[in-house]
Formats: sequence, C-alpha cells, structure tokens
Amino acid sequence: MAYAGIPAVELRSVSRAFGDVRAVDGVNLSILDGEFFTMLGPSGSGKTTCLRMIAGFERPDAGMILLHGQDVSALPPYERSVNTVFQDYALFPHMTVGDNIAYGLMIKKVPVAERQRRVAEMLELVRLQGLERRKPSQLSGGQRQRVALARAIINNPRVLLLDEPLGALDLKLRQQMQLELKAIQQRVGITFVYVTHDQEEALTMSDRLAVFNLGKVEQVGTPAEVYEHPATPFVASFVGISNLVSGEVAQALTGSPAAFSIRPEKIHLAALEACAELDEIAVDGVVRDVIYLGLYTRYLVALDIGVDLVVAQQNLHTSSMDVMAVRGQRVRLIWKREHNQELSASD
Amino acid sequence: MKKSSTGGNTAPLPVALGAWIALLFLHVPVLIILLYAFTTEEATYSFPPPGLTLRWIGITMGRTDFWQALQLSLRVAGIATLAALVLGTLAAAAVARSRFFGKEAVSFLLLLPLALPGIVTGIALRSAISLGNIPFSFWTIVIGHATFCVVVVYNNVVARLRRFGNSQVEASMDLGANGWQTFRYVIFPNIASALLAGGMLAFALSFDEVIVTTFTAGQQSTLPIWIFSQLVRPRDRPVTNVVAIVVILITFIPIVIAHRLTQESNE
Repeated sequence: MAYAGIPAVELRSVSRAFGDVRAVDGVNLSILDGEFFTMLGPSGSGKTTCLRMIAGFERPDAGMILLHGQDVSALPPYERSVNTVFQDYALFPHMTVGDNIAYGLMIKKVPVAERQRRVAEMLELVRLQGLERRKPSQLSGGQRQRVALARAIINNPRVLLLDEPLGALDLKLRQQMQLELKAIQQRVGITFVYVTHDQEEALTMSDRLAVFNLGKVEQVGTPAEVYEHPATPFVASFVGISNLVSGEVAQALTGSPAAFSIRPEKIHLAALEACAELDEIAVDGVVRDVIYLGLYTRYLVALDIGVDLVVAQQNLHTSSMDVMAVRGQRVRLIWKREHNQELSASD
Repeated sequence: MKKSSTGGNTAPLPVALGAWIALLFLHVPVLIILLYAFTTEEATYSFPPPGLTLRWIGITMGRTDFWQALQLSLRVAGIATLAALVLGTLAAAAVARSRFFGKEAVSFLLLLPLALPGIVTGIALRSAISLGNIPFSFWTIVIGHATFCVVVVYNNVVARLRRFGNSQVEASMDLGANGWQTFRYVIFPNIASALLAGGMLAFALSFDEVIVTTFTAGQQSTLPIWIFSQLVRPRDRPVTNVVAIVVILITFIPIVIAHRLTQESNE
C-alpha cells in the first residue's frame, strides 16, 4: 500500500488540557506511511495523550488529526482505521486467546471459516501456535503481549499504535521482543506509532522519533540525528548521557559562551603529558569517581575550571583493577571540536 | 500445651466456646420453628412436643390465603428485582465510568437507603404516596421495595466495574465495536455474576420485607405480613411455622448462591 506524499498520521497544532495541565501543547507531527515512528519522552510529557488522540480515546481541544489525509478529529475509535496495543494489554479475560484475536473480525461479521484461517495466520506470526484455547490468565506476560499484538494486527489497520507495549516485561524478554516487533513491522508493512520512555528502545527500533517534553515536541529525526545532533539541552540529556556545558566554562573551552553538549564516549581520557591536536580540546581535571560497567567504564572527572564531566571509555585493554586505580588521579581530557554539539534553548 | 501437628492454630477454648454460643444464640430459635412445624399441638407449645405429624403441611397447602400471600410476595420481589437490575446497573455504569460534577454525592445518596432505617423509608414513602394521591396498591409495594433493591444491585455492580477498569472497553471500541456491542460482548460477561448475585440478594431482601411493606401496602398482604397477622389469631398455629420454613427456603437458597458467586469472582 502506497499513499505517495500523504502522511499516514498528521497532527496539526494539536492541544489537549486536563484541568490546568496542558498535557499536549501545540504539537505538529507528520508520520510517513510504513514508518516505525517513536514518540519518546518522560512520563507526563504528552506522548501517551497524543497516541490516545490518534486512537480516538481523547478528543483534542484544538488542532486537527488526519489519518492518510482524512480529518478524523471528531470520529469515535471504532470508525478509525487504527488499532492499539495497550500498555496493560487489555485482553478480554472471559475469552480464549483465539476469541480475543478474532474479536475485531467477529464485530465486522467476517464468516467463521475466514476468521479461523486469519487467527491461525496471526498465531503463526506471533509464534503462539497451539495456545488458541487458553485463557489470558493462563499465559505469561510475553505471551499476553503477543496476543495483544495479534488481536490488533488481524484487522489490517493502516496504522498500529503501541503504548509502551514492552513496559511490563523483564529486560531480556524486552530486548527479544524489540527485535521481534521490528521484524513483524517490516513483514506486515504497517505504520507503527510507538510510545516509550526508554531512549534505548527508541534508538533501537525507530526509523524516526519525536522527543516530547512538557507537552511539546523538542526534536524530530532519525535515531542517529537525535543522538548525534540533539537540538535542545533537554534532548541532549534525555537521549543517552550527555555533558552540558555553557557560560564561562564553555568560553574557557571553546572561546565562545554558546552552550554545547559533548557525549561521554567522544572524550578521550589521557595522561597529563598527552598533547592535543589543533582540532582538539584539552582540559585537565581529577578523577572523582569510577563506575565499572563491564563493556565500558564511566569516569566522573572534576575539571580544574569548575565543572564535572562524564567520560566513557571502552574496556579494550583495561581490567576492573586497572580502571579503579585511576580514581583520585589527575588526568587530561581530550576531544575533537567537531563533536561539540551546539544547543539552542529548550523554549 | 501441645499444638496440633496439622499446622493450623486451634482456637483457645474460651474463643471456641464463645463462637459456639453465638452460633447457638443465632440459630436455636430457627430450629424451634422447624421443630414446632411438626408438633401435634394446635394452639400452645410445650417442650418436648407431645408428638410429631406432617398434618400441618397439608393444611397449609389447602389454605387459599397462604397461596395468595405467597403469590403476591413472589410477584413483588420479582418485579422489584427486575427494576433494581436495570436501574442499579445504569447508576453503577454512570458512577464507575464517567466523571461528572457531584459524583461522590450521587454515590453516597444511592447507598443511603440501605443505611436509613426501614421505618424512615416507610414513613417517607407513605407521605409521598399520599401527597401524590396515588392509591396504595401492588405497585406502591414494588416501589417501596425497589428503594433498597436498587442499592444492593448498584453496590455489587459498581464494585465489579471499578475493578474491571476502562482499558478493556477502550480495546473493544478500538477493535471496531460500538457502545452496544462493547456492552454485549465485553462488559456484560464481566458483570453477569455480579448482576446475578445482586439480583438474588435483592429478591431475598424484598421477599421477607415487613416494615416498608406495612407502610406502602393497601389491603394486600405479602407473605411476611400474612405470617404476622396469623400470630394474633392462634388458630392452627403450626401453620405459621410451616410457612416460615417456606420463607426460609425461598430466601436462603438465593442468598447462598449469591454468596458463592461473589466469593468465586473475588478469587
């Protein structure tokens, strides 16, 4: 299915308030057809409210929501060609897995034979063959999650909305499901709109993502763009770990007071006598803290000019004994100027 | 002291004794009724009964005033319960599902008739019905009973709906079901046992109601009122006891079933 040029989902200056709280505040978004689009943000940032407005559970106070170019702002959920995977799965406890998955087709009065065939297809897609007659209460968390997914996808929605679908799963299962969701999305070719507060998840799965803060969209871009070129201090600090530098310290380091961010992994931890190249910045400090994380080690370095920087170094040639010995020592930090990311103010 | 090896703590003797005394206190009078339904004496009771007979059952079955009273009670209880099921469910849906101004107050006012003494409800209804120049009839009894039946159903259903949460309703709508389909396929199956339990409790309450009935009835007598009137006329006294057993059976069975149903769904 191609709808060339027309976005699958479009939000035009959409706002929604709950009492005095402006949950969503003038959001503009354009989600392309077939895209895996993530709305990332801390709790209360408006991302879930946006999703619920696309689904039709909430009405916007102002603005317009379009699905494939059609204004659906006033339509109830059952008249929109989107389906939702809920955070708590919202499976029907009195129905079997098969009946849960077939629910949408049953409502549309699809003949029983056809229903059974499609349910079997879905069970295969989410790898739950043989569990058709179980009740949701007899399934594990991961299995329930798959049922919720199958129940939504069977309706062939043009857009699938997922509200923190992996939030209740443990880390291992979550990572496995991330890959699986992505694979399923590529197979069925449906537009996925995915809500999460987990920046790692967002970076792993998305084609593009929007970073939400306080009801507004701070930045939209591919994971690489958002990670490497955060547009605002909030994005820099929320997506990955970042050192934010501004004012006098920025002046001392770069010669300009403009705020910038620098990723911990871009900074090289060197001995005091190390020399910097022309395109590099060098600054001295004392290692205040060392956190050994296996794959890499995180150092907290107090600069002589008065701020702390976080530095991450791969444990390529170092053991935990070596890195711990660095604590309290004077070091020189060196990084390339080009890795400084200039920031505009959040508001 | 040696504890039993089965693991459960046995209650200390005074507590066990207290429990048994309380149980006897509650149920011995009922046993007396059971016993004297079969006595050979006609007017006075002496212990032990001089002899036992099944004669009174036959006599009771032959009395048309008993049958009329029983029929009236069943009809009143049935219709009051039906009204309560509809109104109680609607009220519960409104309170549990939506946010509106004064919701807490409405919820409290709905529960009030249950806490209010029956005598107050009775006087209030009698005054209101007289003021409206409505003749006392079968329907005024039904209205009186519905006041507390609605509460019982409402209470059961609202508790279930609160636990049920809203996301299943949203899921159903999301999958293309409109309001009616969502009620039929998702909400109703989940509240059915609460409805049944509430309905049975309401039926049992209505069936043996005396106070409100005396205020709202005209010339009709429901079964409990009929029993009460029998006490002043000591002819065929054991007949009252037989009828009392009928009342016990009719009210006890639904209460046990209702209890079972709520118990099961709480697990």
